[in-house]
Amino acid sequence: MTGPSLAARPDLDRGSVLPDLRKPPITKMQLVKYAGASGDYNLIHTDDETARTVGLDGVIAHGMLSMAFLGEYVCWLAGPESVRRLSVRFVEMVRPGDTLTCRGRVKERTTGNAGSRLQLEVWAENQRAERVTIGEAEVEIT
Amino acid sequence: MDHPAALTSELIGRESEVVVFEVERGAIRKFADAVQDQTPECVRGDIAPPTFPTTFRMTIPGVTFDLARVLHGAQEYRYERPLRAGDRVRCRVRVANVYRRQGRLGEMTFLILAMDGTDESGSLVFSGTTTAILR
Repeated sequence: MTGPSLAARPDLDRGSVLPDLRKPPITKMQLVKYAGASGDYNLIHTDDETARTVGLDGVIAHGMLSMAFLGEYVCWLAGPESVRRLSVRFVEMVRPGDTLTCRGRVKERTTGNAGSRLQLEVWAENQRAERVTIGEAEVEIT
Repeated sequence: MDHPAALTSELIGRESEVVVFEVERGAIRKFADAVQDQTPECVRGDIAPPTFPTTFRMTIPGVTFDLARVLHGAQEYRYERPLRAGDRVRCRVRVANVYRRQGRLGEMTFLILAMDGTDESGSLVFSGTTTAILR
């Protein structure tokens, strides 16, 4: 998958809306795989019974999975070498069956000798257009 | 089972051991596969995705809690450069802050953890801040 390459878009400036990245629906299988790959074995993400004992209806996705989606998004936008910062808040729960879309816009662009630094506002929203994970990213492009 | 009340401001400054993690190509690929991350460099296992440092798991003496009662409130990572397959990163995590706040669900404990990773020459590669909320 080739991204839109922010480096080739000198027109992007404060307020510019970035293209979005729609992820496939989250499945329980994905949560099991993410638990294994990340080492987060908290059973509220993989075992409905455990999730119910803490008052949830069933398992919820790892917050870090939605942050990983935003990490992919920023890499897609700017390239994995360019990412300098990614900071998020987890504001809503994500459940199996939810489909997240990563969106963003440019907050600030600073141009220096070596290239440009862009501050991006990024977020993941679910199929009801509720923002579930909200954050900021900083990328350096030459 | 440990109770969240066991976490107090006395823990501020407490650190983990330094742990050296090797960034393995297979681990990068497995992580990218789980996330369905299609970044070509990550799919190949050459460059680790930005949130890969979450796989560097360490414990701090005295900092224990019931996993089922903890919420991940926020997370930040700052990078000097991306992590690559073959990197050996020296990591440490410390308690940056502990405080209580009254929230919607009653009194909650906020635990702020600061982590950093340096390469073999001692240069900083990344740092991270975790906000965990215990109810």
